[in-house]
Amino acid sequence: MTQTPTLEVRNLRTHFFTRAGVVKAVDDVSFTVPRGKVLGLVGESGSGKTVTGFSVMRLVDEPGRIAGGQILFKGQDLAKASEEEMRSLRGNRIAMIFQDPMMTLNPVLRIDTQMIETVQAHAKVSREEARQRARDTLGMVGIPSPDERLMSYPHQFSGGMRQRVAIAIALLHKPDLIVADEPTTALDVTIQGQILAEVQKLAAETGTSLIWITHDLSVVSGLADDIAVMYAGKVVEHGDVGEVLDTPLHPYTNGLLGSVPSRNKRGEPLRSIPGMTPSLFNLPAGCAFQARCPRAAEVCKQEPPFREWLPAREARCFIPHNVSEPGTKEQVA
Amino acid sequence: MSTTLNNIPMIELVNVSKRFSKTLDFAGKFAKKLGMPVREEVVHAVDGVNLSVRKGEVVGLVGESGCGKSTLGRMVAGIMPATEGDIFWQGQNTANLSGAKAKLAKLQTQMIFQDPMSSLNPRLRVSDIIGEAPLVHGMVKRDQLETYVDEQMRRAGLDPSYKRRYPHQFSGGQRQRIGIARALAVQPEFLVCDESVAALDVSIQAQVLNLFMKLRQELDLTYLFISHDLSVVEHLSDRVVIMYLGRVVEEAKAEDVFNRANHPYTQSLLNAVPRIEARKKAFQVVKGEIPSPLNPPKGCHFHPRCPMAMDRCRVERPLLKEIAPGHKSACHLNDAA
Repeated sequence: MTQTPTLEVRNLRTHFFTRAGVVKAVDDVSFTVPRGKVLGLVGESGSGKTVTGFSVMRLVDEPGRIAGGQILFKGQDLAKASEEEMRSLRGNRIAMIFQDPMMTLNPVLRIDTQMIETVQAHAKVSREEARQRARDTLGMVGIPSPDERLMSYPHQFSGGMRQRVAIAIALLHKPDLIVADEPTTALDVTIQGQILAEVQKLAAETGTSLIWITHDLSVVSGLADDIAVMYAGKVVEHGDVGEVLDTPLHPYTNGLLGSVPSRNKRGEPLRSIPGMTPSLFNLPAGCAFQARCPRAAEVCKQEPPFREWLPAREARCFIPHNVSEPGTKEQVA
Repeated sequence: MSTTLNNIPMIELVNVSKRFSKTLDFAGKFAKKLGMPVREEVVHAVDGVNLSVRKGEVVGLVGESGCGKSTLGRMVAGIMPATEGDIFWQGQNTANLSGAKAKLAKLQTQMIFQDPMSSLNPRLRVSDIIGEAPLVHGMVKRDQLETYVDEQMRRAGLDPSYKRRYPHQFSGGQRQRIGIARALAVQPEFLVCDESVAALDVSIQAQVLNLFMKLRQELDLTYLFISHDLSVVEHLSDRVVIMYLGRVVEEAKAEDVFNRANHPYTQSLLNAVPRIEARKKAFQVVKGEIPSPLNPPKGCHFHPRCPMAMDRCRVERPLLKEIAPGHKSACHLNDAA
């Protein structure tokens, strides 16, 4: 790829300095999102996927702080950008969609007020033009009779429609990057299907890059180009969606796939991962997954490197699956 | 799979309905007197449902939000009365059961809820949460309670040394296990699980699902498993019931539902489920929204969203008919063919 990617995150560290100690919510995370591509950021609760998204938007609140690394948005380092620069980017070039649209929308303002305000915040246009643009965008995300809907309040929309409004607001300035944090998790299956279809179409049409944060592997499988799997604040595996899901390298990815009911034969026990996610306050030395890992060995007490095991396939593991020649216990030890 | 020759179903619902109505307040009544168009709002949460669960069977109940699946589950578990219709517990009408029998029927049906944090008393220790009911019902003597609780915890995959703790000291998955241990402590035969794994992470969800399957074999349990997640239901159930806006639209063996879905709603639901095997595929879309149960469409509730709707669907309610052995569907299209 010759052009600069839309987003390149290098060794990002976001730590929370609490009274009880430092929580390394995001610890050495790197990934790239090329123009027009969708990155699926997958992990379970507490894995740091949301904090990664918030860090890109520079929305991490005290006591959290970006403690290191670079967030290169079209070459500009957002980790060092001033608050003013961020304000001109947020909602304009980078937008975010949240899980609960009721949190994004102001309940006491009509949709038109909120949308026109967003348009005029970044573009010098008349109120009428702004309104026009708001209406067009609402139509684009599949809201019927946008003229009437502009005059409604958020509570008059259903959950799916509210999420569409939130997506429309994110799209108002045709951003280069959208960070979507579990936007379809709270929705019903048929409504989720509709939203995913719209997003897929929009990403293809506008060339917007997307970071799709979710816990649901099957959503990512249909939507994303690349996938990054997070565990305890670190990316443990990264690569092309199809390849990662077919031949996972990291035992955690493998365990996650085994836990999905539809991948298993009906009625048979699921290949679940034993134990539970460790507390970020006292992670074990070395690999954070070792206590739950069926392949754990002595060597896992050291920090595993994030290394390329197969072409364009990285994993943070000493003893990955699906790699024939290196990385057996004997060789590493 | 355990097959019992017992022909009497564990539980049978005959034409059961549940309506919730909002009575008018003073201002509303006054406005009505003045001739304003206000009326009492009635929600048909469950509308004429027939359902039976045989002994030893796992029945999956699937539907989107507002389809009445939780209300149905609550009526089955006996914690909510039906507005209309009869519920039979092992062949006996629950409305006519009295005294000890009614108590037994209730005890033998236990419910496991979605959110363990709101269904466990935050101020009770785990040992009390699990041990209270069996003690009250005289299933265990006080001096044996300790060992009894230990046994229940171990069976649900919990370390008995944690029994002096409070619910907030556990993780989500463990809390769900406490809920399971509490339900099993009164030795039920029938469990109603209402979205019991929906709030859990995938890896924890898999552990709890495995626990459900293990307990089924060990204790010969019968389940009504309510979920919006088709893949979970597919994995666990022998038979699947699909609901839409208060009515059952399809009912069949799990294989039949997932391989030969008949009702257009079931088909579109199956199409909308994202699957890992499907890479970069265009998502299939059912048009439209789920209508409000306050004002459901006439005729077949699904007709405004149905790609195959005919004139008849707009006026006449389709009945649940058998289209193949053990496979029922409520769709007018089956009459035409």
